[in-house]
Parts: sequence; C-alpha cells; structure tokens
Amino acid sequence: MINLISLWALPGIIITILTVAMFKKVPIYEEFVEGAKDGFKVSINIIPYLVAIIVGVSMLRASGAIDMFSNMMLPILHKLMIPVEAIPVMIIRTLSGAATLGLFSDVVHHFGPDSYAAKLCAVIVGSSETTFYVISVYFGSIGIKKFRYAILTGIIADIIGIVVAVTVCSHFFLPSIG
Amino acid sequence: MNYIFYFLIVISIVIGAINGKLPDVVNSILSGADLSVKIAFSLIGIMAFWLGIMRIAEKSGIVLAVAKIIKPITKWLFNEIPPENSAIGNVALSFSANALGLTNAATPIGLKVMEELQAENEDKSSASNAMCMFLAMNTAGFQIIPATVIAILVGAGAKNPTEIIVPVLIVTSTTFVCSILVAKLFAKLWRAQND
Repeated sequence: MINLISLWALPGIIITILTVAMFKKVPIYEEFVEGAKDGFKVSINIIPYLVAIIVGVSMLRASGAIDMFSNMMLPILHKLMIPVEAIPVMIIRTLSGAATLGLFSDVVHHFGPDSYAAKLCAVIVGSSETTFYVISVYFGSIGIKKFRYAILTGIIADIIGIVVAVTVCSHFFLPSIG
Repeated sequence: MNYIFYFLIVISIVIGAINGKLPDVVNSILSGADLSVKIAFSLIGIMAFWLGIMRIAEKSGIVLAVAKIIKPITKWLFNEIPPENSAIGNVALSFSANALGLTNAATPIGLKVMEELQAENEDKSSASNAMCMFLAMNTAGFQIIPATVIAILVGAGAKNPTEIIVPVLIVTSTTFVCSILVAKLFAKLWRAQND
C-alpha cells in the first residue's frame, strides 16, 4: 500500500495537472516551456547561498567538533538513555540532508538495523527537515537578507522534534529491548 | 545568519586546529564549494521541469482551486496574503509534495511560493511573516511516509522496517503544529518589538 502510494504520487500529480489543463484548452507545451525557462535562473541564483551553508557545514564536520560535542554530552545522554551515536545525526540533520543520510547509514550498519540507536535515528531523520539548508536556499532565491525570526522558529521546532522523538521512541522501542 | 556563519567557520578552524585536523578543514572548503555547484547544477533540469508543470497547473486554474479548498486554514496561517493569491494554492502543493516525500518536486514548488510571497512583501530585503510561516511549515519537515529512511532500513535487513512509521507520524505532526504556533507567536512578538 505504502509502496503503491509513493510509486503513484508523482505520476498521478503530473497526469492530473496535464489532463485538467487539456480540458481547459491551455496550450500546455508553450506554457511548460515558458515556466521551465526560470529553472536555470533559479538554480544559478541559489549558488552563493549553497556555497555559504555547504562550505560551513563541511568545515564543521571535518574539524571533528561534532564528535567533541557528543563526548561532552556523554553523562547527560546516559541518564536519558540516548545512544551517543544519535547526537551527530541530530546536529547534522538541521544542516545537510545528504550528510544526514550518510551518517544514518553508518549507524544502521554499525549497530544493526534493529538496534535502538538505529530506530531512534530513523525516527529523527524521518520526522525532520534540513532547517538551515532550506532557510538559506529559499531566502537566497529571492534575495532576502534579513531572516527575522525564521531561524529561531526552525531551531525551536527542531529541539521540540528531538525531545518528542526521544520520548516517543523510548515508549515504543525500549521495552522490547531491555 | 551573520553570527551563525561566523561561528560555523571560526569554530571549525579553531577546533580543527586543536584536533590536528586543520588540513582536512582546509580541504573541506574546496570540496564543499565544489559540492554546492554540483547540487545547483543538478537542480537545473528538475527545477525547469517542475516550474514548467507548475505553470500549466497555474494556467489551468488548479492552483486557485486548491487555494479555495484550503482557504479556512490559510486565512489564519497567512493572514497578510489575499486568499485568492496563487501563492496560497502553491503552498498547498508544496506541502503535499513534502508530505509525500517528493523532495525533487518540493524544492522547485517551494521556491516558486517564495517568489510569489516576495511580490506581496513590502520590504524586499526583509522576510515577511508569511515567508517565515511558510518556512516554519517547511523546516518542520512534515512527512507521511519516511520513504528514504525505510529504504535504508530495508537495505540493511531490518526485521520490521515499517514499525517506525507510527512514531515518525507522531513526532512529525507534533513538530509541525508546534512550529506553526511558534511562528505565529513570533509574528506577534516581533511586530510588538518594532512598534
């Protein structure tokens, strides 16, 4: 069922849009090309913003700062029964999507797909979005310089997400293990 | 953003130096810059495709029809945008693309929404409340089926990979609602501060 929905979501949207347009006698080919012209412009516009965020994140990952931070958090994590491995996933999650999937795969392969660490990370990755990436690219594409409260909102939402994820996971998955 | 950027770079260099990983940090500047351009270029084609499809959707009135259906909710969420604006319909499409995990479609549609919100924005260099609300909805990352995550679990041979769906749904909807409430709250606070 789930696979069927994921499989048909995109084709379904495309067929619906094109069919409705044909009924309304919209010149779909001309309009498609007209709209698609902006694709190049938008992609090029976001390059400076992509460079800023991706270089920053790459540098942070290369420096080993995230591992240091995880180790500092160790005593608190033990109390809350959060596996240390989840911390880099939590941090990187808000910064870069591709890097998160890489880290998540590492956790899954290292601890096994049925481990608590893998499940907790799965829930965190599955229920959040790359806050900083989205904000910088979306604002970048239209030249907004003052983000006002957008970042603060994103961070608060991420923290709430992590707290809820840890709570929900310990309810769902911990009794079956311990 | 200025502070975040500064701290990201300075902390990386300082901690990299402490850990003796300074060469890695320097190399990561080049690889990061390279990756950014690769991502942008890989976006061009799919961006053009979806912007083309979106244009058809707009011209055929689908976007407006969707906007009308969700009017009661969007009137509250985006009270500064006229309910008949095409941005509202596109917000719904962007949300659906995100919810279904269609990342490739979500970004072009999202960027189009931003452009339309910018047209309604008074100060072109500063984010409007509507933009912050839209980003709050986006960064909360509401997703019905975490397809990628499940795929990775399946690939690693998990016994019951779909068991994460319910917890994800609980977490993602809580975050989504909280995110919207926080954005609404800030919209009031920020305005009060400026007055």
